Amino acid sequence: MSDVNLADERLGGNPLARQRARTIFQKGAPGRRAFVCPEMDVPVAEVSELLPERFRRTSPARLPEVSEPEIVRHYVGLSKRNFDLDSGFYPLGSCTMKHNPRLHERAAALAGHARLHPLQDPEQAQGALELMWNLQGALSEIAGLPHVSLQPSAGSHGELAGVLLTRAYHEDRGESRHKVLTPDTAHGTNPATVTMAGLEVVKVATNADGGVDIDDLRAKADTDVACLMLTNPNTLGLFDPNIEQISEIVHGVGATLYYDGANLNAVMGLSRPGDMGFDIVHFNLHKSFTQPHGGGGPGSGPIAVSDRVAPFLPVPLVVRREDGTFDLDHERPRSIGRLRGFHGNYGCFVRAYAYICSLGADGLKDASETAVLNANYLLARLREKGIAEYLPLAYGELCMHEFVLSGGPMKRDLKLKTLDLAKRLLDFGFHPPTVYFPLLVEEALMVEPTETETRETLDAFADAIAEILREGARDPEIARGAPYTTPVRRLDEVAAAKHPVIREALG
Amino acid sequence: MLAAIGVGSLQEIFDRQIPKGVRLGRELDLPAGLPEQDVFEHLRALAAQNTSTEEEVSFLGAGMYDHYVPALIDMLMERSEFLTPYTPYQPEISQGGLQVMFEYQTAITELTGLEVANASTYEGPSAVAAAGYLAKLDNGKHKLVASAGLHPHSIETLRTLAHGYGMEVVEVPLRDGVTDPDEWARAIDSDTSAAIFAQPNFYGAVEDAQELSRIAKEQAGSDGSASDRAPVVVAQVDPITLGILRPPGECGVDVAVGEGQALGNRLDFGGPSFGLFAAREGYLRRMPGRIAGETVDVDGRRGFVLTLQTREQHIRREKATSNICTAQALNALAGVVYLTWLGRTGLVELGELLLARTHYARERLSALDGVEKLHEQPVVREFALRLDADVAAVRRRCALAGVNPGVDLQAITGRPEDRGGLLVAITERRSRKDIDRLAEVLGAAVAAEREAALTA
Repeated sequence: MSDVNLADERLGGNPLARQRARTIFQKGAPGRRAFVCPEMDVPVAEVSELLPERFRRTSPARLPEVSEPEIVRHYVGLSKRNFDLDSGFYPLGSCTMKHNPRLHERAAALAGHARLHPLQDPEQAQGALELMWNLQGALSEIAGLPHVSLQPSAGSHGELAGVLLTRAYHEDRGESRHKVLTPDTAHGTNPATVTMAGLEVVKVATNADGGVDIDDLRAKADTDVACLMLTNPNTLGLFDPNIEQISEIVHGVGATLYYDGANLNAVMGLSRPGDMGFDIVHFNLHKSFTQPHGGGGPGSGPIAVSDRVAPFLPVPLVVRREDGTFDLDHERPRSIGRLRGFHGNYGCFVRAYAYICSLGADGLKDASETAVLNANYLLARLREKGIAEYLPLAYGELCMHEFVLSGGPMKRDLKLKTLDLAKRLLDFGFHPPTVYFPLLVEEALMVEPTETETRETLDAFADAIAEILREGARDPEIARGAPYTTPVRRLDEVAAAKHPVIREALG
Repeated sequence: MLAAIGVGSLQEIFDRQIPKGVRLGRELDLPAGLPEQDVFEHLRALAAQNTSTEEEVSFLGAGMYDHYVPALIDMLMERSEFLTPYTPYQPEISQGGLQVMFEYQTAITELTGLEVANASTYEGPSAVAAAGYLAKLDNGKHKLVASAGLHPHSIETLRTLAHGYGMEVVEVPLRDGVTDPDEWARAIDSDTSAAIFAQPNFYGAVEDAQELSRIAKEQAGSDGSASDRAPVVVAQVDPITLGILRPPGECGVDVAVGEGQALGNRLDFGGPSFGLFAAREGYLRRMPGRIAGETVDVDGRRGFVLTLQTREQHIRREKATSNICTAQALNALAGVVYLTWLGRTGLVELGELLLARTHYARERLSALDGVEKLHEQPVVREFALRLDADVAAVRRRCALAGVNPGVDLQAITGRPEDRGGLLVAITERRSRKDIDRLAEVLGAAVAAEREAALTA
């Protein structure tokens, strides 16, 4: 595709592409239905006898009235207005959009997993508990930390667990430390979590190489510091060369070191957070371990911790009894308590465990190695002439599993913003990289290709970037008006936030 | 590829970046990888060691329920277009997912009778705790008054997180199976940030929600202090009952949260499911999580985007209304499809079926020797009994007959007064025949245990 006309031509191809959006609430007709209620097989009393009037609903919820075929068409139609990982390249930085094997879906759907009640007696759920035990063991080995709780529901929930654990650890020692250090490159969840856990964020600067500024860290690390939260490799895709020194400084003032595992895909089997000196790690099973993202969840965010933090882990924990059977341990007096109902997102555990069984020790290492190889190859392609002048690498020379480019020169020389490039990529059939993050890079583009992409795909993406930049040099208006081939074009997000309409108005 | 990168080997990439001291330098101590079919067999073998609701007549509930999940939900959830995208950061190519969120939000507001809803939170108990944080942000007060009728996991989660929020949780006891209105009134004062109860409560009883809300709003500030803002009234609801129960929005409730599993989600040994979160309009900008909103594109075409993002962690960082990033989009999709499948009348019919069967089961079981109702309050889908026998032993006897009679109450609440308690849940999958079978098996098990206790 080289110009707008060709793009416009493609519009006619898909009858779904430009339909006016109608919600399910705008379809159907009174009395239409899909559900057939099972037989009323018990004596029917007057509802008023069973439920006093004042507790009863007087007018039904205005749910849709539609037939099954209408439901299927509606939602299949909606599905076709979504881009997805199975359809194309999705190099969304820090999100690890790697292939989701279908074996995992099949395994998780087995009745013994899918229709197992969480309050089933442990004796009747030995398979599930064994699976959780095995997963705990594998995550412990990957993290290099001895204790694991699978309970947190997502990465941010794992972070919250981690900061609460840190608080409990210090409180148990009779210390009240109120500061948590986070680098300015940190994911937004880190500072948000710190506030929710009742502590205060103190930012640590980034040095010229993209790592933690050691002098700034030294200046800020005092006995009021509870914890340093770090991603390593960080959100610039760089492994901090001073990690051992950082760890020493933080531990030197008695604080804990927290590892945001969003970027674990770079180091599985290569380097372990526990060996780097971290006390607490959260995993994103929906990133490194292939739980499908589901269009924004479910996720799962287990944590692994060191011995000193272990007594405070949330309840319940999966344990192995002396007779070899598995159980849930609720009797942990120093525990911070529960973070949610039941035992965590078991369905995600099944998938992550299946992944670990499929890959094994060498496969996990291979996955990380290939992720890093792919990222560096794509980076090399994007440092070619015609691209690098406009989109230079923000920091470093090599990268780990992802890298960050700056769209600053592109904005100055071609009058194209990173947003324009991202939107134009949609017309080329690619999901854009993460944009405008991390915040310290001007017009940032954060690219994470993952290990499950082929060289051909990486080349095609690099070619598309080059093509968009060439096109932009000729006529920047094309990218500024993009996308053209999507179900809708650029949407007015400001208006949406100014006058929020967040539900269908029903007559 | 290495030549393009400009390195001699893959190892060089790592040697140049990872300090020697923190390289693993050995293989992970994990089993070797397996072919797909072997992994499947392993997972099948593990599944076979679990007794699922397919393999026994199960009356387990207490927060998650064995409802029928229609086939079309499986089909839609397995579609790549819903299963494999990330959070819809690029709305032009995510209209399907965003519209699903918008429809879901519409359905939840309809169900709860409240004006606004988010696109889902993790699950039930953590949604209760999230409501506590909303209250803190809203009024800055320090006390969370929680009815003992809340799910024990909700209270425990609230306590865990309240410690982080710098808030205190005060538990209000039950009387006759429901929140004691006098104790409720006593507990709520001018420093009460939120007053939280469950409808129906953990013991299956229908609470007088209007009365609890009224008391909460009247109590605050009545001591004449400067702080005259009423607490945020929060109800944890069970969405499947909202076809027949008066919706929280009509009962003076400000925020309704709840476990969404009953709506088209499988049990999955406790997750993933979704948490619903709805509120009065005034709380919109305090809500946690993702929210989809309607807008137009440059051509004036209707479209949807993630909106009010200035509340969220990726923009507001330490000032965000929540740290939540990943929601439960796929599970919420199942929820809205399920509600659509039930439809306007189906939700009511299902509610009435559950009500009738629950009533039937409660009368049938409480007529057995050694079995009585734990309370006399109205129930809609679950009820509590007291057995004059050791509950664990009774449950073991029932299991031998292929029946799981329900949840051992004391085992989950830890409350001395719940000794002998059994919580029995009814779904549309449990027919009259199943209930009669339960009566027979439970009656025999209780009789046998009492006999054994006498002879011991």
